[in-house]
Amino acid sequence: MTLRSRVLILVSALAVLAGVAAASVLHASARADRRDQARPGGPRITSGRLALTGGGHRVVFRNMAWGPHRDELVSAPAADPSGPRTASGVKCLRFHAASGTGVCLRAVHGPVQDTYRAVILDARLRERAHYDVPGIPSRARVSPSGRFAAWTAFVGGDSYAGTAFSTRAAIVDTRTGRLTPTLEAYRIVKDGRPYRAADVNFWGVTFAADDRTFYATMATRGSTYLVRGDLRARTLTTLHANVECPSLSPDGTRIAYKKRVEGAPEDAPWRLYVLELRTGRETALAEPRSVDDQLVWRDARTLVYALPGDYGADLYTVRADGTGTARRLTGAAVSPAYVG
Amino acid sequence: MYVADSRAGAPRTAASAAGAARPGAGRRRTAVAPTVLALGTVSLITDVSSEMVTAVLPLYLVAGLGLSPLGFGLLDGVYNGVSALVRLVGGHLADRGGGHHKWVAGAGYALSAACKPLLLVAQTLTPIGLVLAADRTGKGLRTAPRDALISLSSTPGTRGRAFGVHRAMDTAGALLGPLVAFLVLRATVDGYDAVFTVSFCVAVVGVLVLVLFVPGGTANALGAAPRPSSGRPATRATLRAAFALLRRRDLRRIAVCALLLGLATVGDSFVYLLLQRRLGVPDRWFALLPLGTAAAFLLLALPLGRIADRAGRWRVFLGGHLALLLAYGLLLSSWHGAALPYAVLLLHGAFYAATDGVLMAAAADSVPPELRSSGLALVQTGQALARFTCSLSFGAAWTAWGDRAALAGSAVALALCGVVALVLRPTVPERPA
Repeated sequence: MTLRSRVLILVSALAVLAGVAAASVLHASARADRRDQARPGGPRITSGRLALTGGGHRVVFRNMAWGPHRDELVSAPAADPSGPRTASGVKCLRFHAASGTGVCLRAVHGPVQDTYRAVILDARLRERAHYDVPGIPSRARVSPSGRFAAWTAFVGGDSYAGTAFSTRAAIVDTRTGRLTPTLEAYRIVKDGRPYRAADVNFWGVTFAADDRTFYATMATRGSTYLVRGDLRARTLTTLHANVECPSLSPDGTRIAYKKRVEGAPEDAPWRLYVLELRTGRETALAEPRSVDDQLVWRDARTLVYALPGDYGADLYTVRADGTGTARRLTGAAVSPAYVG
Repeated sequence: MYVADSRAGAPRTAASAAGAARPGAGRRRTAVAPTVLALGTVSLITDVSSEMVTAVLPLYLVAGLGLSPLGFGLLDGVYNGVSALVRLVGGHLADRGGGHHKWVAGAGYALSAACKPLLLVAQTLTPIGLVLAADRTGKGLRTAPRDALISLSSTPGTRGRAFGVHRAMDTAGALLGPLVAFLVLRATVDGYDAVFTVSFCVAVVGVLVLVLFVPGGTANALGAAPRPSSGRPATRATLRAAFALLRRRDLRRIAVCALLLGLATVGDSFVYLLLQRRLGVPDRWFALLPLGTAAAFLLLALPLGRIADRAGRWRVFLGGHLALLLAYGLLLSSWHGAALPYAVLLLHGAFYAATDGVLMAAAADSVPPELRSSGLALVQTGQALARFTCSLSFGAAWTAWGDRAALAGSAVALALCGVVALVLRPTVPERPA
């Protein structure tokens, strides 16, 4: 083959491939425009004022329905979560709130790459403080009093670190602004003995009402543990194995969580359980699917969580005592928090 | 929370830019064989494609699919072990029948290209893991034949430069890839499908450049090697012959040295973590640390390759490890100046620039052309497995004694291995160009 014909082949192939590449980018950006159009049959969403206190018992969550308010925090009546939504104009990837304090994990679009930050919101969703998050954020929690906030990020995955990940869980005292960027700074007591390991990862913090105790997941050497943390002593104590993303009940006696079960597929390994802290008794919940979320207690008897859905995620609810069946609460929603 | 060092099992494939001179033009300092430039271009394009995917994968898993990527690291380690073995297979296949380097490498590039559209349909962790495993298999297949092509199309006296050109082009692609990916994501919203499609198109261009512009034919036809008088390879490229290479004193010494030094080479992500911990590098800069290493690698690959040609490859190779030792020393020192991260990353990049391609150039001197691919694969695999072992033991040492003590241990080990490597260095003087 002559050089000329080779160059000709390359140039024509380049033209075709450039066309395919351009078409795929245009298609994806047109889809983005479509997502700004509300879909018929979707929830009714109106702009309005959204407050974390007052205004009755409401559920606040990230709205994922297509339309102009996509990805904004919206609220709906707690009694009718699939009813009309009030949009706040505040965009978050993950969110949680309690007692007039919110934490909003948000992407900050840079010229080349997105970075992430955790924004502490007051009761009227105004920014009080923000902190850099070192990776893709996943879990967010505020303590029942509103004083402490926590979040988890996946760190790693940059081009030279390969495809491995680690997590970092951070806790901030919103009153003093004191930040613990990673729980790795705490002392670990595992099975009654001090434990040190470079491979420990923490995620999924949940706070008790005393503003001192919290629970989280600790992973090391391929196993996960439920740990109880002490904010004053800065210690972490293992309590139970195979617990991920704990969520403490309002009365502080039970932990709802996801657990890896034997025989489940490797990419959908989790089932929901409730652990009685005093007795160590585990109860399987009536959700047959694998759930990858940190549950939220709507009240002492009911749990809410997200599952993948047509527009990203839908919210479901199940009873905490293992009875009943899982029920869909509302579509196109994630990161719920009950307020008011 | 250290990031499991997934690269340990599959160290950066030595991207080979056949930078050598055409037969008869070998002594011209400026000459870089067209084959080397073509292979460098292929590597550049392919790295743009693959790093595009690598850069957005965590985002895609978490934000696009709503998965927890944690389990992913577990799958990843297994695949990396496979990749090291695939490299031996690729090396052997390329040598069989007198040098199918181009076609074995091409199959590797094509396999990786074919994986990109599959990412569009794989929606859960296990299929995505399998697709990436196939992608890595392609990478394992192509590495040794491509490096063999580079060495075969260069004269012995310009091999260092040839590999330097190739490594520089390869790294440029690796730096561009994430940029392209984020530009695509910026132009779209959640346009992961567009990223994968563009990545596929780019990968196909890479394969086309290889097919159209890299000469095929046998090793001997590539020029640098003397043609055996019998018309068939002097040594038949059997598996037995490939392993018999280890009976050659020079190659054995190179392999042993690479292995020993590999055993004391702390994985990249550990270096970045140590840097972050010791210096309090803000979290948001963490992702930029590897770019510092890559930039230094990019700038130094060619100059150090040329120096290796003139001053001796083994010296430069050992010098690279000295740079790494200095980087360890800086990390261990009490100096907390603002320039410290730059100095460490510069030394770390210099380490790669002085060792990655230079080792291949040095090994090429000790392997006959008809077994070139197998010989390079042996050295690469040995080094990869050694680094993987080092990562495991470094992780254990970090756990048991803390990061500082683990690093101090590695520094001592590196110094000792360096001394052994100095003593064991290949005795045969490098062939004159």
